[in-house]
Amino acid sequence: MKNKIILSSHGLEKSFHDPMTIKVLKGLDFTINSGEFVSIIGKSGCGKSTLLYILSTMDTDFEGDLFIDGESMKNRKEKFLAKIRNEKIGFVFQFHYLLNEFNVLDNVMLPGQKLGKYKKHELEHRAYEKLKILGIQNEALKKPNQLSGGQKQRVAIARALINDPLIIMGDEPTGNLDRKNADMVFDIFKELTIENKQTLLIVTHDNDFAEKSDRIIEMEDGRIIKM
Amino acid sequence: MNKQLIFRIAKALMLARWKQTMVAAIGVTFSITMFVTLLGFMNGLNDLLDDLILNRTAHIRLFNEVKPTPIQPIDKSITYRNTENFIGSVKPNRKKLELHNVSSIISSLKKDSRVIGVAPKITTQVFYNVGEIDMAGVINGIDPDVENQLFSFDQYVVEGNYLDITSIPNSIILGKVAAEKMLTELGDIIQVTTPKGNRMKLKVVGFFQSGLQDIDKVQSYASIKTTQKLLGKTNNYITDIQLKLTNIENAPKVAKEYEALYNVDATDIQTANAQFETGSSVRTLISYAVGITLLIVSGFGIYNILNMMIFEKMDSIAILKATGFSGREVKFVFITIGVLIGVVGGIFGLIFGFGFSVLIDNLPFNTAAMPTVTTFPVNYDPKFYLIGTAFSILTTYLAGYFPAQKASKVDPVDIIRGK
Repeated sequence: MKNKIILSSHGLEKSFHDPMTIKVLKGLDFTINSGEFVSIIGKSGCGKSTLLYILSTMDTDFEGDLFIDGESMKNRKEKFLAKIRNEKIGFVFQFHYLLNEFNVLDNVMLPGQKLGKYKKHELEHRAYEKLKILGIQNEALKKPNQLSGGQKQRVAIARALINDPLIIMGDEPTGNLDRKNADMVFDIFKELTIENKQTLLIVTHDNDFAEKSDRIIEMEDGRIIKM
Repeated sequence: MNKQLIFRIAKALMLARWKQTMVAAIGVTFSITMFVTLLGFMNGLNDLLDDLILNRTAHIRLFNEVKPTPIQPIDKSITYRNTENFIGSVKPNRKKLELHNVSSIISSLKKDSRVIGVAPKITTQVFYNVGEIDMAGVINGIDPDVENQLFSFDQYVVEGNYLDITSIPNSIILGKVAAEKMLTELGDIIQVTTPKGNRMKLKVVGFFQSGLQDIDKVQSYASIKTTQKLLGKTNNYITDIQLKLTNIENAPKVAKEYEALYNVDATDIQTANAQFETGSSVRTLISYAVGITLLIVSGFGIYNILNMMIFEKMDSIAILKATGFSGREVKFVFITIGVLIGVVGGIFGLIFGFGFSVLIDNLPFNTAAMPTVTTFPVNYDPKFYLIGTAFSILTTYLAGYFPAQKASKVDPVDIIRGK
């Protein structure tokens, strides 16, 4: 289980064409194994976020090939990719992106309802469990705008966990948080890898954060310089 | 696709902007209300006017027209048959006004399944003798029972009983205007003279008012027997046969057929009253145009609100997509919002529309021209309600579709990177 390859890329290239063609990713090859806690670091503009969006299947305009759980993501239909994201990938962004119209519990449950694998009360129970892991089960019935920044980010993590994804991807998940909250989020991630054997792929420019993870992929100018 | 979930998301988005949502729904309500009321009222008026003329008129009238024969003697001569003949001073021939073989025509007409009813009639010109003055008039000899069945005769008899013309010998129902001119009251005796000089005293047993001044000034009604007696004719003397058909649209075709079959002249209602058809259809067209314009305007309202909502909820759309909702599902969320606004607004529109129709229906409307009408006419045809519903769903669907299409194309990467 430990060595199962979750995600691999083969000669991944990406160019932006507006206003002129610039190659941002220049042939990336790497694999991520199950249970790993990987950080991607690099200076601003080195292409690390771009890479993450390709890996997350949201950006489909790339060269080379990408495999998630053994399946190629190249030239797939939008609906298929949406299903992959729903089932196999959990997201945590810099911004929490919670829906203010729903309470915390509903926000966490939403991707689960989309998946439709569990019945409503089972799903609710699972959502409570996830909130408990993150220590915010008491806020479950509040609206997101009644929570603090750190709490919101934890709700976002709970949402990412609800479908037991193969991999959690984070784009600067601690970027908007103060030291204390950032440490807390890191501890949560660490706990997830140890206790739940969760695979994590986090883009960050916080070197302290990265150093504490299992493995660092360092990028510069569209290439991987250290793995 | 999880419909319940999509419905929940749509509901949440709507409630988040419930004021704008309500304004959009009120727009739909307003337009459906107007649509239903307008069409009901317009068609009520149309029906009233149709009633005024068309329902009192026979669909087909069989009679003998006074006219020159189309085949003149010279056309029958062998020598000049194929030449161009010019004849001056052609006069109508002495054709009798009465129809031949009336009883057999009537019995064969009654067997025709396309015919609802057959009403024989005698029309003759008379003079009402009032002191020294003679006033021109027309007496229609009718069978009041049949006339009532086919043309609601009793509705226009404003005083007296219409059946009295058969039960009381030598009696007449006078036009209201003519009666006023002659200062006649019920029970009075008047004298009439036919063009051939026959005189007769008739007892006034009723007044009728059609609402058309010109008709009320001239026309009067007597029984067929009385009229035959007045003219000094036998009891098979009939000048007109009036027909009502099951389908009024067939009138021109059937008229032609009878013309050939019975060797008489026949006019159909469409030819005789073409202007009424045109008026009715133009009025209907205008009310549809106004109603549909209103609906389209309210559709734009929905379009605006959805566009605004999508603009505001970009983040939500992005995260829904990031967490696995497909473009199709996002699209359905917004189409659902549009159609929900349409359905809810539409239902209230139908209710209010019906309410307004009832209100108009109860407003007093008194006109000398139409004695039987006391309130504004309204038509409650469910057709208008169905069309209104269909159009409200269609326009709101379209108004929702285009913004929804835009929402489904939102690229989550653009939104998330932008932060």
